[in-house]
Amino acid sequence: MLATDNDILKAAEDWRKQGRAVALATVVETWGSAPRPVGANLVIDGEGNFLGSVSGGCVEGAVVTEALDVIDSGKPKMLEFGVADEAAWKVGLSCGGTIRVLVEKVE
Amino acid sequence: MKLDLLTALNGERAARRAAIVVTTMASGAQRLVKAADIGRDPLRSLLAEHLRRGKSGMVECAQGRVFLTVYVPAPQLVITGAVHISQALAPIGKLLGYDVTIVDPRTAFASSERFPDVKMIAEWPDTALPPLGIDHYTAFVALTHDPKIDDPALAYALSRDCFYIGALGSKKTHARRVERLKQQGLTEAEISRIHAPIGLSIGAVSPSEIAVAIMAQITERLRAESQAEPPPRARPGQVEATAVS
Repeated sequence: MLATDNDILKAAEDWRKQGRAVALATVVETWGSAPRPVGANLVIDGEGNFLGSVSGGCVEGAVVTEALDVIDSGKPKMLEFGVADEAAWKVGLSCGGTIRVLVEKVE
Repeated sequence: MKLDLLTALNGERAARRAAIVVTTMASGAQRLVKAADIGRDPLRSLLAEHLRRGKSGMVECAQGRVFLTVYVPAPQLVITGAVHISQALAPIGKLLGYDVTIVDPRTAFASSERFPDVKMIAEWPDTALPPLGIDHYTAFVALTHDPKIDDPALAYALSRDCFYIGALGSKKTHARRVERLKQQGLTEAEISRIHAPIGLSIGAVSPSEIAVAIMAQITERLRAESQAEPPPRARPGQVEATAVS
């Protein structure tokens, strides 16, 4: 079943209450064509499990990796992803957009 | 985000009430503003505008850059008629994130074998509809083809602020429906809110295809309000994926 916004935020709360380390990623700015709107959420736990999305699947891997850092340090991070030729095929957005994602720990 | 803020936010969402999380970018400080409290907030005009469009966004204000995450209630889909089209429409609606309820007093139709995992109310609309909290985030669809069921349900939906109202039936059937609703005292302007014949014109034939046409039209109306975009902003230079703290 597709995760709806309700499921994602409820998972963030439930996971934390189960004692799991949790980070919440939110799309805060977009330019050009971006697959997910501003406000879209992705929730990540300390094991790298995740629910939701901040792009069409292009940068989730990188966001999850950064989220594990945020969980360790407790300090929020602002991530920026954009198309950059070859890099688009690594962790950029092949759709040609640019997005900023805020990653914060749930504590 | 603090866990108690997240818990309070989920509480508002479970109760179908809108709320906004306000994040001050410089400090990372966050607060939850419930829809009912917006009028008393220092950022009330910005918050009200973002809530009206259902859009999150970065704003500049006296406190500097502030990010507003707008959480509007999940849309709900209320259907009269536990009919063949509803058997396709209910799962499509659920897939799109709608809370789906079907109302049909005819118990032969409203069976759990025909509709597993769907909230089903086997009552007449005048009993079934008022407790559902039909609001601005509700799409209402009349599919029974039976005026005894559809007409009172449509009259009730028209008395509420639904973002979408649709009714199954040909132009002829709908013309007769319009006459009946007028006789009940509804105005032409009120009745014109009903989408009929229902659904986008995609040449749908089968019940499932008609369900797709209906859901496409509902989606179009849901998104219409947020289409009035501000002018596009300048795009930053081409950047590689970077992480900044």
